Amino acid sequence: MAAISPLPNTTPTAIITVGQPSRRNTELILLAFAVVIPCFAYANVGLALDGRMPSGMLGYGIGLGLLAGVGHLAVRRYARYADPVLLPLATLLNGLGLVIIWRLDQSERFRALKTFAPAATHQLLFSALGIALFVAVLVLLKDHRILQRYTYISMALALVLLIAPMFFPPVNGARIWINLPGLGTIQPGEFAKIILAVFFAGYLMVKRDALALASRRFMGLYLPRGRDLGPILAVWAMSILILVFETDLGTSLLFFGMFVVMLYVATERTSWIVFGLLMSAVGAVGVASFESHVQARVTAWLDPFAGWGKSEASEQMAKVLMTFGSGGVSGSGWGQGNSDLIGFAANSDFILATVGEELGLAGTMAFLLLYGLIVERGVRTALAARDPFGKLLAVGLSGAFAIQVFVVAGGVMGLIPLTGMTMPFLAQGGSSVIANWALIAILIKISDTARRPAPVPVNNPDAEMTQVVRP
Amino acid sequence: MSELTLTVMRLGFLAVLWLFVIVAVQVIRSDLFGTRVTARGSRRGATDRQTQRQAQATPPPQRQQQGGGRRAERGREGRGRRGAPTKLVVSEGTLAGTTVALQGQTITLGRAHDSTIVLDDDYASSRHARIYPDNDGQWIVEDLRSTNGTYLDRTRLTTPTPIPLGAPIRIGKTVIELRK
Repeated sequence: MAAISPLPNTTPTAIITVGQPSRRNTELILLAFAVVIPCFAYANVGLALDGRMPSGMLGYGIGLGLLAGVGHLAVRRYARYADPVLLPLATLLNGLGLVIIWRLDQSERFRALKTFAPAATHQLLFSALGIALFVAVLVLLKDHRILQRYTYISMALALVLLIAPMFFPPVNGARIWINLPGLGTIQPGEFAKIILAVFFAGYLMVKRDALALASRRFMGLYLPRGRDLGPILAVWAMSILILVFETDLGTSLLFFGMFVVMLYVATERTSWIVFGLLMSAVGAVGVASFESHVQARVTAWLDPFAGWGKSEASEQMAKVLMTFGSGGVSGSGWGQGNSDLIGFAANSDFILATVGEELGLAGTMAFLLLYGLIVERGVRTALAARDPFGKLLAVGLSGAFAIQVFVVAGGVMGLIPLTGMTMPFLAQGGSSVIANWALIAILIKISDTARRPAPVPVNNPDAEMTQVVRP
Repeated sequence: MSELTLTVMRLGFLAVLWLFVIVAVQVIRSDLFGTRVTARGSRRGATDRQTQRQAQATPPPQRQQQGGGRRAERGREGRGRRGAPTKLVVSEGTLAGTTVALQGQTITLGRAHDSTIVLDDDYASSRHARIYPDNDGQWIVEDLRSTNGTYLDRTRLTTPTPIPLGAPIRIGKTVIELRK
């Protein structure tokens, strides 16, 4: 319409014909920035350890740049109007995670461990797989609303993924891995997180009126009916069962927390949060009273230094706290910390301790802000989405991401009992990085749909005729 | 490596990391703090304003003009037309708070997944109503033979009807308004 007018600026529709800009170039600049920072860190580690530039510098830089470039091109082609900040944030976290893992690979103490295996190359490979899945989701998922059709299939799939690890031997006290001979191990819980979010979003979209309106008021709280309480009880029971049989406190907390967040968003009833908190407290206390694995973690949380030399869990926790302490405000600098003293799992569950020591409080805060920004973009996407399913899915995914970051960071810093989960994008572990790239891809897809301007208006022939006929 | 170089690099890295955070926040500033409102059209001449007033004062005869005349007139009327809505706001219902910029496109409302605004409302039909601009840029709401009807203020719609600014369009429990 604007084109036919001699003064394009003055037609009624030309006010915002352009709509929201696609902001792909902003994304490119941020992305370049997000590749340069890890390269800087990489060079810094090499200079601090050996006094010269590390030999793998070029390969690492090109590798990360290529991954970011492929991701960017896919977004440019398949999700033009997507949020410009999500991809750079994820790339930066992934890149810095690679640097930290490589830095721990260089440590002599770490190499002396029996369990040691150089992880940086593997992690780069997994990041490449993650980007591949990211691109695949962008290409194959034309519209996130398609996922709505698979509500109950995704429930079944998620249950299968969650139950499967029970049939495999426990690793380090937790049964959360599936062992594929010849291929390695995968952690299905990470993928179940996304699939469950799809199920919850589809289910709550249909049932939310029943959950929100059919309730009795009691002492200022809305008590839901028994049959509406069914699903929340089922999810609660499921997460307790995971906790009991797989001794995986983190994952069960994650699923239950995600469900409560989505229930609250769908129904706007505070009573669900009260119920959720009560039920998770009851579940946690109940399980902690008879499960020795969880008990050790709680003891280590309450007084880490009392168990020095007696309990491995306490000793580990104490070491992590000392690592944070020795970092101080501005840290010891890349490659100059002693976080490798933690030993086992220093590059996976405890990776934040290395950040805390070598970058200090300032660096840790920046990392938490980066995570916070990803969550903020997810919630913002949910606000902008115009369909209830997309809103719920975006809230669920970003809520799960936030809960995971809180549970891991809180556990490592001694705020809550430690649970074995991975820091998204940062920690060593293939399943985690691949699943989180898929999560970011779905958020990007939803934000693309939400921010996409409506198609160019066509002059409506019907309207024309009614105008002419009017007396 | 000298101690000094490493200290400089350490602080430099922290500075760069924080710079990235600040740049990222700057990029999404408008989302965090809202868009800055700037006065528009103050530079426009008085003649322009006069045509606007004319345009507002005499809408019915203009409607009756033939197509060709309307084109030219649309150019004159311009975006400065007072009272031209720029956005559609959902003010009540499950989607409350959602806004859609009006860009001259047709907005479809209903439970169908491909609607512009997907209503999750038990009283809405799958293709319930549509909102579109006619050739004068006046926004029109039309009920698409829905089961429970579309209400403008308190009257049920039977024909395509122009929407006054701020008038509530009610579909089931959802209320939609056009705002400036």
